[in-house]
Amino acid sequence: MFGAGGGTSSYKEAEETDLIILWGSNARDAHPIFFHHILRGVRSGAKLIVVDPRRSSSAEFADLWLGIDVGSDIALANAVGREIIAAGLIDSEFIGRATVGFDAYREAVDGWTLQRAEKVTGVPAAAIQELAHTYAQAPTAQLCWTLGITEHHNGTDNVFSLINLSLLTGHIGRWGSGLVPVRGQNNVQGGGDMGALPNKLPGFKNVTDDVERARFEAVYGTTLPAENGWHISQMFDAMERGELRSVYVIGENPAQSEADATRTRRLLGGLDHLVVQDMFLTKTAQLADVVLPAAAGWAETDGTFTSSERRIQLVRKAVEPPGEARDDLVIISDLAAHLGHDWGHPTAEELWDELRSLSAIHAGMSYQRLADHGGLQWPCFDESDPGAPFLHGRLWEDPISGPPAPFTPVEWVPPIDELDDEYPIRLTTGRRLDSFNTGVQSGRFSSPKRWGESLDLSPEDAVAYGLADGDVARVVSRRGSVEAPVRTDRNLRPGLAFMTFHFPDQVDTNLLTKDAWDPKSGTSEYKATAIRVERAEEPR
Amino acid sequence: MISRVEKAAIDHVLGSEPIGWGEVARAATGGRTARGGAALRARRHLLLPALQAAQEAAGWVTPEALDYLGDRLGVASADSFGVATFYDLLRTTPGPRVTVRVCDDIACSGASLGELGDDVAVEPVSCLGHCAHGSAALVHVLGLPDTVVAPVTPEGIRLAIEGHPAQIEPNETGGARDLLARVGSVDPTSLADYLRHGGYAALEKALAIGPAAVIGEVELSLLRGRGGASFPTGRKWSAVSRSNADTKYVICNGDESEPGTFKDRVVLEGDPFAVVEALTIAAFAVGAEKGFIYVRGEYPLALRRVGGAVVAARGAGLLGRSIMGSDFSFDIEVRKGGGAYICGEETALFNSVEGFRGEPRSKPPFPTDVGLFGAPTVINNVETLANIPSILLGGGKAFAALGRDGSTGTKLFSVSGRVREPGLYEAPCCASLGDVIDLAGGPIGTFRTALVGGAAGVFMGPDRLADTMSFEHLAALGESYGSGAIVVFDETSDMVAVVRRIAEFFRHESCGQCVPCRVGTEVQQEALERFLDGDATQRGILEDVDRVMTDASICGLGRTAASAIRSALRLGLIGGAP
Repeated sequence: MFGAGGGTSSYKEAEETDLIILWGSNARDAHPIFFHHILRGVRSGAKLIVVDPRRSSSAEFADLWLGIDVGSDIALANAVGREIIAAGLIDSEFIGRATVGFDAYREAVDGWTLQRAEKVTGVPAAAIQELAHTYAQAPTAQLCWTLGITEHHNGTDNVFSLINLSLLTGHIGRWGSGLVPVRGQNNVQGGGDMGALPNKLPGFKNVTDDVERARFEAVYGTTLPAENGWHISQMFDAMERGELRSVYVIGENPAQSEADATRTRRLLGGLDHLVVQDMFLTKTAQLADVVLPAAAGWAETDGTFTSSERRIQLVRKAVEPPGEARDDLVIISDLAAHLGHDWGHPTAEELWDELRSLSAIHAGMSYQRLADHGGLQWPCFDESDPGAPFLHGRLWEDPISGPPAPFTPVEWVPPIDELDDEYPIRLTTGRRLDSFNTGVQSGRFSSPKRWGESLDLSPEDAVAYGLADGDVARVVSRRGSVEAPVRTDRNLRPGLAFMTFHFPDQVDTNLLTKDAWDPKSGTSEYKATAIRVERAEEPR
Repeated sequence: MISRVEKAAIDHVLGSEPIGWGEVARAATGGRTARGGAALRARRHLLLPALQAAQEAAGWVTPEALDYLGDRLGVASADSFGVATFYDLLRTTPGPRVTVRVCDDIACSGASLGELGDDVAVEPVSCLGHCAHGSAALVHVLGLPDTVVAPVTPEGIRLAIEGHPAQIEPNETGGARDLLARVGSVDPTSLADYLRHGGYAALEKALAIGPAAVIGEVELSLLRGRGGASFPTGRKWSAVSRSNADTKYVICNGDESEPGTFKDRVVLEGDPFAVVEALTIAAFAVGAEKGFIYVRGEYPLALRRVGGAVVAARGAGLLGRSIMGSDFSFDIEVRKGGGAYICGEETALFNSVEGFRGEPRSKPPFPTDVGLFGAPTVINNVETLANIPSILLGGGKAFAALGRDGSTGTKLFSVSGRVREPGLYEAPCCASLGDVIDLAGGPIGTFRTALVGGAAGVFMGPDRLADTMSFEHLAALGESYGSGAIVVFDETSDMVAVVRRIAEFFRHESCGQCVPCRVGTEVQQEALERFLDGDATQRGILEDVDRVMTDASICGLGRTAASAIRSALRLGLIGGAP
């Protein structure tokens, strides 16, 4: 946000804030560790508001739940913004000092009356108003979101619509007030920080920035491409066009995790060469020409993880990896040697120190300091820098240092996959507490709460389709169909269905989903699929 | 689906606020919004009353009722099931139309119930507080209020099942008449009669002299708590009054469950307005606006009497806003216990009121700092509070003059077992054990031993008859008179059966939260059985488990669970000479 690819706040802030908003996030199930911090906040008296199409398990803890229509987030956010302005609850001083573009924003949201938003989102106007007033009047507030915001064709715009709200109210850059995109894995943040993004060098420097690139080239002793690479959706498009013929996949299972799985598998299967480096023989690995067995990222190798609060933590090797599995570092170094480059066998710490010489925000974090402090939060510019519990405190300096934060007006666009008479039900996908992504890692552990895949329907819809719990339904989208047992869930309203993608071997949910992706982030629209439901067989 | 009667019963307790989830809320908002969170959690304290209402409606707590409560209170069914199963008086399996729970505790003998129908279940139960009658039974009939039959006769049981219970003859009371002045002479259902007997003069005086002076009198009186721990009441009140907290609570602990004890029942049944008035004075003194009177569920008459007193006082402006025209506002809620001995422990009682399992909390923090709902709380025993009006009217000094050192005022003793006139006796300080037994007409047969303080107390032999029943004297010996229960045994008494019953009692009543008590009370009972079967080596086990429970348990239950057995061994009441 505002040039830095990370959440602004510390977990601890969720424990000490006055208001927590979970928008498009079922943290109770999907981010249970972060939810513990939220619960501590709630126990200390923080209000909790949840925005989610489903009355999720997180919503059960909430003071107020708003059950919006899938994909109407911008309509809701713009109406909240308009209401805050109309009610005179904006932080004018903050807006004047620290932001630009307020007038354009005000104009853009002016049409989003509570009544119009009620029509588009389905949420009663009074509840929208309460959300607006509560957020604006809270002394401090954490606005948290996850994939319910980002896994849309316009996910980036969704995020902007929320950032705008924080600028209106000054809920940014202060202890307790911030924007929190919660990460789904222990080290998603670290992957981005290290430059595993098509347009960024480590430390969020732009690939297209000649000066920055030259610095990296000098240290790496090589020439780097001057243009942005492809993100994953573009890669599959390039495969489709025949431009991308060889793929090296490390620690990812796209054959099961990507939207529109039929297409994904066809494309992966048609490559000239596919290399997969993974701990497990995943579905993707089974398609590969070469599989490189990797050691586990924790316990079997040294290195660092970076959490959603930008905290870099050391992980230390405790045991030898089993069988032929080897450290990713060793595999890559050896591969380089086979390709004619002698990189030697650098240790994790040597590579980290190289990174520190290139990425200013990591410069102050020696392994020794990381060990001494139990992790540090970037930016940390030198070895006397204690790190940053929250970002953008500069916006509260008078005058501010650095550029002002921009409002980014965004307009609501409905989901690509429209509902009609043939596909009248909105399917949204998500996670359950005891499973992780495609189940490669979690599926081998038993859980008393795991019942496999199901098509979750409202009791009303189940009656309407003549389906009872356990009956097998055929779920048909414009892209494919799957069969799944029905489970009624009164936390769903009529017209809304839910599935996970935890059990792709049983039910290949992503055969249904839409591969329309957000041009700004490359994320696919997993959250909004139009389906119809049919009985698959006679009742048992 | 939940039945209409259960739903209506639960709704009556919970009211109709549109928060929570479930079919009603879902339909009302089209499944678009829901309210809960803090507003819902603030209603958790209604869980136990709601469970009790559900059981009264259906005869047991059905899974459907638990689910419905989950919707209305935001408490998961598994959680409320855990609460329901904590309490002996709640059942989570289908029950018969009639349940007769017959006391088989230390002071009661076996009783003949007569012929009972197929729809009647008979279950044993711990002390029902009618020890002076020698036998007692609690009768539940679906659709009827609970009743107690004491002493137990086939005719009495039959009448109770038919819904026409006979009135229980009041216990013998005697001795001094300070605390019990009105018991037996005042109409406990009439506020007017209470006023005629001098009622509410103390509150009037309190309002006139102000909170600080009230606490001053209580401190001067040197009154000590009568629940068993003997903590100075004035110090409790003064600690809570000094707190700046916005919310404070006062609680009357009427969860009298110590076997052999029935003093609080007699006061609650015989002089309920005095308890209400005293709690109101406590609230005024410490600055509380809300109070609870928690009465054990096995005392249906006491519950009705004290409930009636609260309603009458409220109706007369003696509770509610601007009491007696002052700017002091206060109200009382009566809570019914669920049949758990442990809830007499003050922090367990807080958890019970808050809607959780009645498990004690670790202390510190003490209730005066962190009590009910986390607020500073005064919690006093019924008898303790009953002393307050006379302390205010006569002055703390005069009260203190009634005693010696720190043992001031009079003390109630529940005397039962092998005495001529079992009953409740008020003894001035510092009567001896023999004096108190003589108040009850003296022993029948040859005095062998008295169990002082109930199951958590100690056996005292003939050599102790001259010991004064004062706090200081007993504390110096590492003992106490506890709840003031005295059960007398003679040469005909089966001491092995009595000690067995005590071991069984603690095993049953341990809440299971802390290991020393949970495991210790089981090991104690099993080692005792082996010991009584002739295995002398078990004596060492009993001593070990005694030390562990006494040293390491969270609360007083575990810390006193070995006390009676230890003294029985020492006196040679079981297992031969020590």
